[in-house]
Amino acid sequence: MAEKKNLLQRLAEGQIWTSIFRGGGVPKSRRQRMMVVLNSVFLHLHPVRLPKHAVKLKFTWCMGGLSFFIFLILTISGILLMFYYRPTIEYAYTDIIDLAEQVPFGIMREIHRWGAHAMVITVWLHMFRVFMTGSYKPPREFNWAIGVVLLLLTLLLSFTGYLLPWDQLAIWAIAVGSNMARATPFLGHEGPGAALLAIGDINFVTVASDVRFALIGGRFLGEATLLRFYVLHCIGLPFVIMIFMAVHFWRIRKDGGISTPV
Amino acid sequence: MPEATEKKTATIAPSSPPPAALGKADDGSGVTRRSFFSWISIGWLAFVTATGGFFTMMLRFFFPNVLFEPIQTFRAGSPDEYQAGEVDLRWKGKFGVWIVRDDEGIYALSTVCTHLGCTPNWLAAEQKFKCPCHGSGFRKTGINFEGPAPRPLERYRIVLADDGQIIVDKTKKYQQEKGQWGDPEAFLKV
Repeated sequence: MAEKKNLLQRLAEGQIWTSIFRGGGVPKSRRQRMMVVLNSVFLHLHPVRLPKHAVKLKFTWCMGGLSFFIFLILTISGILLMFYYRPTIEYAYTDIIDLAEQVPFGIMREIHRWGAHAMVITVWLHMFRVFMTGSYKPPREFNWAIGVVLLLLTLLLSFTGYLLPWDQLAIWAIAVGSNMARATPFLGHEGPGAALLAIGDINFVTVASDVRFALIGGRFLGEATLLRFYVLHCIGLPFVIMIFMAVHFWRIRKDGGISTPV
Repeated sequence: MPEATEKKTATIAPSSPPPAALGKADDGSGVTRRSFFSWISIGWLAFVTATGGFFTMMLRFFFPNVLFEPIQTFRAGSPDEYQAGEVDLRWKGKFGVWIVRDDEGIYALSTVCTHLGCTPNWLAAEQKFKCPCHGSGFRKTGINFEGPAPRPLERYRIVLADDGQIIVDKTKKYQQEKGQWGDPEAFLKV
């Protein structure tokens, strides 16, 4: 006699459920449970099985996971801010005020700002933990290098976001920051070796053709700078950091999962 | 005799290259090994050229031909409008220039701090330019004397127009540490 099935079981074996979740039915064995995780694009990002030590907070501090979690918060809050913020000299500053004073849940802008600070802190602590536990050693040395790139991209995201409020703090911070680019070897017009890239009296690396110019879109900070930083902050750098994050997470698994305490 | 046998096998070795190497397809498709390699070389070269060209375009794209930036040369009125011993602030906001007149003449100082590019303030009571960012101090002449600024403020080209007005040209700058302040156009004698 066939066992009477309850509603949930019938749903789980129905066409709708099985067409969305591959494998079908209620997982009954260890293997089926594993297949459910492996067959879901979201679940498969996490390992099917973890060694006990890998979930010990004392060992991992969960700083890598927290960094990613904060990145998600920043992505969502950042997209929300884009609905109100206009990257022009005329509107940028007042739109930030508008976001804080008038738009419902003005704390959204603060969430984005606090999140940015928090992510820099968690990324540093994550690197500190990885260093102190020796988790950068082979076979994980390449993933450490990826991590250094991710740190750099995190800092660049902070740097580009810094300008967007277009207040005195923002402008002078970027004035100082972009002036450092003048001294880039070969590529900055005041840097060592820049004078070598010349034919006779014609310099190729000038104030209007060096790496600082490419960064700020002009010889002085202005409208072009704000727009460039906005595009880099909202599209360019997030795109690059997501590619590097994908490689970073994939390599954790391929290099044998979270390293073991000694 | 074994040697003879070896000789014999040597003589029946192919006396000519296989048909494919000679430019003849043995499957009737017209594609020979040689033409395959030359076409794939051309293909790769085209691909690399196109990719390289696109990246060059991308790089050049970031350097526009026309800049919508503030004008760099301006007329600053006649020399009589400036008092000897005074630092004139009227062009600071618009052009980033202090016009200073002393007993001998007039010079145009850049308002860009030589440390990291902030704008110092003129403190008349202390007779110095003081940068709010990191505390660099400059004398009225532009010479640095305190804080992290590594060199004096820069001066801009300053000349008289035919109508007797002062012209300040910010595209040409003069640096004291390079001995350029002695240039006749770095200082307007009046």
